[in-house]
Formats: sequence, C-alpha cells, structure tokens
Amino acid sequence: MDSMFFAYLAAMALVTYGIRMIPFTLMRSKIKSPFVKSFLFYVPYSVLGAMTFPYIFYSTGDAVTSAIGAAVAFVLAYFRCSLIVVAVCACAAAFAAGFVL
Amino acid sequence: MTKEKSQNSYFYGLNKGLPIALGYLSVSFGFGITAIGMGIPSVGAILISLTNLTSAGQLAGIGIIAACGTIIEMILAQLVINMRYCLMGLALTQKLDKSFTTPHRMITSFAITDEVFAVAAAERGLIGRRFMYGLITLPPIGWTLGTVLGVYAGQVLPPSICSALGLALYSMFVAIIVPPAREDKGVLCAVLIASAMSCAMYFVPFLKQISTGFQIIICAVVASGIMAVAAPKCDEED
Repeated sequence: MDSMFFAYLAAMALVTYGIRMIPFTLMRSKIKSPFVKSFLFYVPYSVLGAMTFPYIFYSTGDAVTSAIGAAVAFVLAYFRCSLIVVAVCACAAAFAAGFVL
Repeated sequence: MTKEKSQNSYFYGLNKGLPIALGYLSVSFGFGITAIGMGIPSVGAILISLTNLTSAGQLAGIGIIAACGTIIEMILAQLVINMRYCLMGLALTQKLDKSFTTPHRMITSFAITDEVFAVAAAERGLIGRRFMYGLITLPPIGWTLGTVLGVYAGQVLPPSICSALGLALYSMFVAIIVPPAREDKGVLCAVLIASAMSCAMYFVPFLKQISTGFQIIICAVVASGIMAVAAPKCDEED
C-alpha cells in the first residue's frame, strides 16, 4: 500500500466520521426547511439507485448470471424478505445459474 | 416535569445489536471479495471496513481508488453518499437522555449506520448511553470480521463462488430500496430518476467520461432535488 492509498483512506474515514459525529454532537434543534428535509429524505434512495444500476448486471462478471441473481433479489425484496435472505438467495441463484448455463 | 422512561441497559442493547452484526458479517464478506476483485490490497480493504463502517460509501470509495480518482472526488462522493447519516444523527439527538454528554456523543456517533439508527429510533422513549454502547458493540466487529473473511476467502474459494458473491452488496441495496419504493411513489420516482441517469452515464459516450464518484453525486443530487420539489416530505418521520 502506498501513501496515496492512505490519503484515500483518511479522506473516506474522516468525512464519514465527521458527517456522523458533527450533527449528533453539536446540533440540538430540528431541521425546519421542508426542502432540505425532503431532499435528505430522498438521498439514500437515489444514491442506492445510482449505485445499483447498471452495475448489478455486471456484478458477477457475466450478464446472464447477474441478471438471474438480480431478478431473484427483486422478487424477494418485493415480498419484503430480510437483507440477508435477499443477498444469500441472489448469490445462490447466480452461482447455480453459472453451473447450469 | 414529565417523567420519561429511558432505556439504558447495556445488555439489552447488546442483544439488539447481535442480528445487525450477523447481517453485516455476510454483507461485508461480499465487500471483501469485491475489493480484492478491484485490486485493493487485503489489509487496505480491512482498514477501510474498520474505519468507515458503511456499505455504499465504501463501495463507491474502492471504485474511486481503483479508478485512481482525485481526493476531492473521494471527499465529495463520501459527503453525498453518507449525507443520510447527518439526518439520522439529527433525528437520534431528539431521543437521547441526559447521560449523553459530548464525549459519549462523539464516540457513539462513529457507529450510526442505517440499521443501528433504525433499531435505536424504534425504541420507545429516550435512550441512554449504556444502551447505545451495547447496541454498537457487535456491529463493527461483524462488519470488520466479515471483510477479513471475504478478503482471505476470496483468495481460496473457487472463482465461480467469488463471482456469485459479487452480487451480495448490490442485492442488499435492492432489498433496501424495493420495499419503500413499493409504498411511496416519491421514493420510486427518486430511484427511477437516479437509476436512469446512472445508466445514461454508463452507456452514453460523452457522459461516460465523468468519473464514478461524480456520477453518483450528480445522480443523487438531481434525483433528490427534483423529488424534494415534486413530492415534499413535510410530515414528521417518527
């Protein structure tokens, strides 16, 4: 690992900790702006959407097994299965598909 | 003055944290394998998990490292992706009892994750620092240990298993997004806008030039901004 890696690591860790620690420690009042509240409400979903697509279809290195795994994840998530169940079943489906195909 | 009950048992918190830790173990296993696949050194991946404790931010982070992105890009990406913790932290401050003095807030805030927040926020009444310390004892251990296992198992397991495990993180994201998108049209629209923009940036030749970290930032800010105007959320969350 070179010094550049530690610069990346420090940037990641400090920003992530700061964003957790500063509001939790300092702020004692509620956010009032409806726009800011709404914006923050939507951020996690749009971040995850942008990170998942189209990358999930390349995640196993093969488009077909990725798509099968993704489809399994969608169906199980739609029926509100827990995170572990969805993750394990999706991986198992992609693994099985890799053998069959 | 009204007497409000405060949950302040360490072992009660520890118990609540156990399922979170077990869930993290499997997901961070996938992170370890993904990181190795992207060419991140083993110890580096473990250090990232130990110091960051967040799935989406770490995945974007190793993407930026693998692509040799700039530090500015890394900082902005982490800011946007982890901005939700700011809101969660704010929401939690409303539930803290008087035992939460500044040093304890500074220590426990390290482990505010989506799941820890969800469990702490679901407690009735106030929460005490002992409960919070109990709750955050096991999840970081599960998260780091899972990464250690993934990093080293990734070098031992057959490639067919490792490639299938590349789906772990993404399928977890699907599991987080889909249920609320079913119920809330605003959430669904935010996800669709962000996903469509992300796909456009992946496939359209000119937009492809934008680096991964900035792609996520642009998609998230635009999609959240549009939906904050189109479908504001003014009601109290808790």
